[in-house]
Amino acid sequence: MEKPVLSVENLSLDFHLRTHILHAVRDVSFELHRGRTLALVGESGSGKSVTARSLMRIVDKPGVMVGGRIILRTQGREVDLAQLASNSPEVRAFRGSRIGLIFQEPMSSLSPVHTIGSQIDEVIRLHSGMDKRTARARTVELLGQVEIPNPAEMADRYTFEFSGGMRQRAMIAMALAVNPDILIADEPTTALDVTTQAEILDLIKRLQTERGMAMLLITHDMGVVAEVADDVAVMRFGRIVETGTVDEIFHAPQHAYTQRLLASTLKLEQPADARAEAVITPQPLLTVKGLTKVYGGAKGFLGTKKFALKAVDDVSLVLHAGENLGVVGESGSGKTTLGRLILRIVEPTAGQVLYRQKDGKEIDVTALSKSDLRKFHADVRLIFQDPFASLNPRMTIRQIIGDPLVVEGKLKGKEIEEKTAELLRLVGLSPDVMERYPHAFSGGQRQRIGIARALALDPRIIIADEATSALDVSIRSQILDLLLEIQSRLELSFIFISHDISVVRYFCDRVAVMHRGKLVEIGPAETICTSPNEDYTRALISAVPNPDPRNKRMLHRTRLAALSTST
Amino acid sequence: MLNYILKRLVYMIPTLIGMSIISFAIIQLPPGDYLTSLLSTLADGGAPIDPATVERLRSQYGLDQPIWIQYGKWMLGILTRGDFGFSFEWNQPVSEVIWSRMGSTLAISFAALLLVWAVSLPIGIYSAVRRNSIGDHVFTFFGFIGLAVPNFILALTLMYVSFRVFGQSVGGLFSPEYVDAPWSLEKLWDLILHLWIPILVIGMSGTAAMIRILRANLTDELSKPYVTTARAKGLPEYKVIVKYPVRIALNPFVSAIGWVLPELVSGVTITAIVLNLPTAGPLLLRALVAQDMYLAGSFILLLSVLTLVGMLVSDILLALLDPRIRYN
Repeated sequence: MEKPVLSVENLSLDFHLRTHILHAVRDVSFELHRGRTLALVGESGSGKSVTARSLMRIVDKPGVMVGGRIILRTQGREVDLAQLASNSPEVRAFRGSRIGLIFQEPMSSLSPVHTIGSQIDEVIRLHSGMDKRTARARTVELLGQVEIPNPAEMADRYTFEFSGGMRQRAMIAMALAVNPDILIADEPTTALDVTTQAEILDLIKRLQTERGMAMLLITHDMGVVAEVADDVAVMRFGRIVETGTVDEIFHAPQHAYTQRLLASTLKLEQPADARAEAVITPQPLLTVKGLTKVYGGAKGFLGTKKFALKAVDDVSLVLHAGENLGVVGESGSGKTTLGRLILRIVEPTAGQVLYRQKDGKEIDVTALSKSDLRKFHADVRLIFQDPFASLNPRMTIRQIIGDPLVVEGKLKGKEIEEKTAELLRLVGLSPDVMERYPHAFSGGQRQRIGIARALALDPRIIIADEATSALDVSIRSQILDLLLEIQSRLELSFIFISHDISVVRYFCDRVAVMHRGKLVEIGPAETICTSPNEDYTRALISAVPNPDPRNKRMLHRTRLAALSTST
Repeated sequence: MLNYILKRLVYMIPTLIGMSIISFAIIQLPPGDYLTSLLSTLADGGAPIDPATVERLRSQYGLDQPIWIQYGKWMLGILTRGDFGFSFEWNQPVSEVIWSRMGSTLAISFAALLLVWAVSLPIGIYSAVRRNSIGDHVFTFFGFIGLAVPNFILALTLMYVSFRVFGQSVGGLFSPEYVDAPWSLEKLWDLILHLWIPILVIGMSGTAAMIRILRANLTDELSKPYVTTARAKGLPEYKVIVKYPVRIALNPFVSAIGWVLPELVSGVTITAIVLNLPTAGPLLLRALVAQDMYLAGSFILLLSVLTLVGMLVSDILLALLDPRIRYN
């Protein structure tokens, strides 16, 4: 076999923190071969991203490389990058030219104040010494290769004029500008929709094959690994616990951690066992009739008619008592707006939301007065996506969970504390944590706190907006099981908004599919996920990566012509 | 872009009308008018006043007419003849009194702004990139001193030092022998010798504030992913920083143009009095005290115009600097 283009031997990295030294990466070794893809898999905090960055010697402070070798074999030479100073001209000559990097946030990984073209020109000119015009011609050619329409014109546009998928394409063009030997893709599709994710992965894979590059793919999504990788290295707590071909890892995992990781991924591939049957009564808990929200459309300055956007377009659905209704769709499909309209955090342009109160009386939420709306908000609560941003860092857990109770004003002092303790036990946390601040908790624990806060007022409906998207796979299934368990004990219905089809399938009884503000299809979860009626749903479902390398679903996916990014 | 500027210019018109009304109303707020304050000054001196003379003066100055007519006449004069009215105290047209003062005000503020930029930009970048280094702490220390020391105390100190150490005449913009002399190289040199104190004093707190703002902004920007992208391209470190995060952290610098003028007039009046500077602040103060209403009103109006123009210029520059604003 040909010598690997890059060998990492016993790489170790430390983080010098204020109070202690964190051993972020310990004795990591792997090899990258031309034309092959190595997936570095692990949950957040496992050290996979910092490992990738150390290959380019761009580890941010306070990270320090404390040992190991990074041997790059290129242009007939063999260089140990670990021996060179991180900002030396030699290292810079490899950065961007021999090793290209794309990473997660397509929104912020390109400069907002420079045109896309000028940012790509820069790499080309830096490493090949071309003049401005030749470099621009090459940029346009590259943008064409990553399938950006009208590349010559788009090169003069700014990042905020690009959609997330387009930005990631531009980022890929930039990383490949100087024909690198190695492409490092750090969670390249995590922030994208499933359909866009499938397109971007297709593109990366195709370009890699064409150019015979080696690729290091960093991800926490086992589905993506199964679809794209040739070899897999599983990382945990800064060490590689298991390495093997993708087939070995998926079908004969040796290490207990790999097995657990796979189990929690596969668990979400089918409906949860512990799901209580919803009672379908002729009197639904919540009825949404023709709900519409139009943004813009008002007359602008000098009488120019502004573009009107129908964020939610004539959506009607019902929610029964004890039912879990999933709402899926790509970003921009209006699913989040729908959730907010139901709560009337956003005022609807047209339509009705009817809610059946505990006494059986049906009220129209869209016509409620301010004080009645507050009562409604006690019955219908919201769980947010970002467990880091949705908890006030200056409030203790007792204050955070007790806040809705204080606002409601029914309970006083000691009673609030007892209720808070009870809520904490309900979400599987010890009441002892009450005096701590949110920063002391992990993402999964924070989401539990968010759930406890949502349960404080004994709600009847919980709207969970991407409540598990920011969590690692194993934590994700824990949180979903927690919600199901709470549901079996309390009388609760969920509206579960998510772009993650497997989560919805696990959690929900019925699923509503949204596309460009419209409700495309609604039906039982199993039907939607296996044999949907609408073309759009079929395309959406088939774009979901399948965590089985022997059965790559994404490559044979149904493509909907109208879906291809036309912006 | 042209559309944007046009739009901003159109929006300025109602703002200006509002400002002119407010400035006229403000100077009418205190009880009495210029004549009452003149009378009380004369009465203090013991001179007898003939009530008939007072009435004659009042109708001559138009002070017996209703406020809105006075306002209308004043505005009509400005718009049709460029006539800002008559300064009772200086006994000459307002425009003549104002222009000389406005020129020096603009010159000093512009020079102070340049100083603020020239000093705070490199120090701010250094402090953000080498955060918590010894150099950063030293600059931070001096920055806080600059923020904390009142300007007029600094002015007095500098005047004392320049008088004792350099033997210079202090205060004003020229030595006495050059005040009325025609322009010459010597006079220019004399101006420069005098100018550094006010510029330093006025620029000091602005510099300190700007360093803090830039340091905070740049610190935020430095950890953004696009900086990693730039670094991953293989750019040299100084280029990574200057081209990307600094460019974005620069916005407050440009915004500063808008507020430097009102700051100079309202904020550093005491300094200007201490240094005997011929800027607008002290003159405005005196005009207000003496209820010299056309002079005060014209001053406030002109400053409003300058502020609006400053804001416009800074907004245009901001739009040039940041395409996100341009396309919004």
